[in-house]
Amino acid sequence: MNKIPSALNLGLRRGALEIRQFTRQRESVVFTLLFPLILLAIFGSVFKDTIAPGVTFSQYFVAGMVASGLVNSGFQQLAITIPMERDYGSLKRLRGTPMPVASYFIGKALLVFVSMILQVVLLLAGGYFFFGLNMPTDVSKWFTFTWLIILGTASSTVLGIAFSSIPKSGRGASAVVSPVVIVLQFFSGVFFIFTQLPSWMQQVAAIFPLKWLTQGMRSVFLPNTFATHEVAKSWETGRTFIILLAWLIAGVLIAARTFKWDRN
Amino acid sequence: MNVIEVTGLRKSYASLEAVRGIDLSITKGEIFSLLGPNGAGKTTTVEILEGFRTRDSGEVKVLDFDPATQGHASREWRNRIGIVLQSTSDAGDLTVYETISHFAGYYSNPRKADEVIQAVGLEEKSKELIRSLSGGQRRRLDVALGIVGNPELLFLDEPTTGFDPEARRAFWSLINNLRNDGTTILLTTHYLDEAEALADRVAVINHGQIIEVSTPEQLGGRSSSMATVTWRENGELKSMETQNPTALVSSMSPQFAGEIPELSITRPSLEDIYLKMIGHANE
Repeated sequence: MNKIPSALNLGLRRGALEIRQFTRQRESVVFTLLFPLILLAIFGSVFKDTIAPGVTFSQYFVAGMVASGLVNSGFQQLAITIPMERDYGSLKRLRGTPMPVASYFIGKALLVFVSMILQVVLLLAGGYFFFGLNMPTDVSKWFTFTWLIILGTASSTVLGIAFSSIPKSGRGASAVVSPVVIVLQFFSGVFFIFTQLPSWMQQVAAIFPLKWLTQGMRSVFLPNTFATHEVAKSWETGRTFIILLAWLIAGVLIAARTFKWDRN
Repeated sequence: MNVIEVTGLRKSYASLEAVRGIDLSITKGEIFSLLGPNGAGKTTTVEILEGFRTRDSGEVKVLDFDPATQGHASREWRNRIGIVLQSTSDAGDLTVYETISHFAGYYSNPRKADEVIQAVGLEEKSKELIRSLSGGQRRRLDVALGIVGNPELLFLDEPTTGFDPEARRAFWSLINNLRNDGTTILLTTHYLDEAEALADRVAVINHGQIIEVSTPEQLGGRSSSMATVTWRENGELKSMETQNPTALVSSMSPQFAGEIPELSITRPSLEDIYLKMIGHANE
């Protein structure tokens, strides 16, 4: 008798399958990948001001869009598609096989990671070629970028899985999830300059990860001198790391406890 | 050793007692069919056996394992069973082959994907996207996914819903082949002819209890029940119930020159017996 495959092995296979399925849904691929670029084009054309010496609004906005990309391809995507898979009976079918739940989670994380990378690459390339976006040249900034992406993807994935238990049906999921994401984007300084928001909004936003991801991405894409324009007069890098990590851990615990394979 | 052993199984939802003390023994290599109307406790019972639901009380052993157990042991157990649920309704963006070979990867000793595709008669659809399959073809894919892990025990839930008669016959011979390979099968179905064609034993369940367990031929005293002899005489269709149809027919035959017109001898079908049992139980 051979041994049953390990959870990691099956997780990698699930990831490959999820990505293959994703690439076959053409409309959603195009929408997911191009939407941030479209938003950048709109905002870049409307707001042409510089908000600080050497910082255009487009530059500020790109940081927010990269952070939003993490939330869209992880949290939003999963919190909408998992309830649909649950309605379709796909999850119950998986539950009946020896595949462990950890493999399902790993597969989802890989899907999120790949779609997020594509989205970010397109956004940065589009911004660079059409909107004069300045790329960071400092190695330490790329280092920050890398851990933000990894930590952001991971926490966005587990929080999406955790949130997927809330919508009662697949059809209603989008109506429950999308407003949450859009409100968070407004509160977190994606569409507006964070320091110009009312302070109660800033305080609410500071509870959630998107504000920290956005601020972290600003530390990557804006000059270091801009740090003095932040609420705390600094990038708060260490604090960002700790808060994102805390959300990741909370997300794993909640997702593992509340995950539902079928509607009943 | 029995493949499934259940004693005193009980399960309630809020105010409803869905399962009220069920005992069940299913032996290795048999096809056992669970019959009963909707709401009789059939689904609850099967889902407890499949490890999808918890029970309130009673003993349950499936392949000598308590399905309520969690953790790694449960993976080892699921590696030995196959479950065919209702069809999924996803977008179907994968091909038949991709799906089956992916599921094969979940098990330690799977069947080959091509072999399974052939067994369910989907060779020509192997490279097609699932979304292009008809309802009956999707159902055969469901069965393929249930058997790809080479299970010792297979749960089949309404397997032939939406099949045309020819596809049903083909499906029945597939199930018989699985039995010949030594697979134990628990079949739930609404089609009494299906239970009759496949099952070694049937159990009738109603109001959360098992009314009778028997072979399809003997259920409800069927083998000893009265036969109905029907024929046409003077342009009129006549019929008579009797314990001795052979004697009746030979006594009649001299009156007719040669063949008795439209002669038939029938015994109650499994469906007749079943409906009678359910009717009684409802009183």
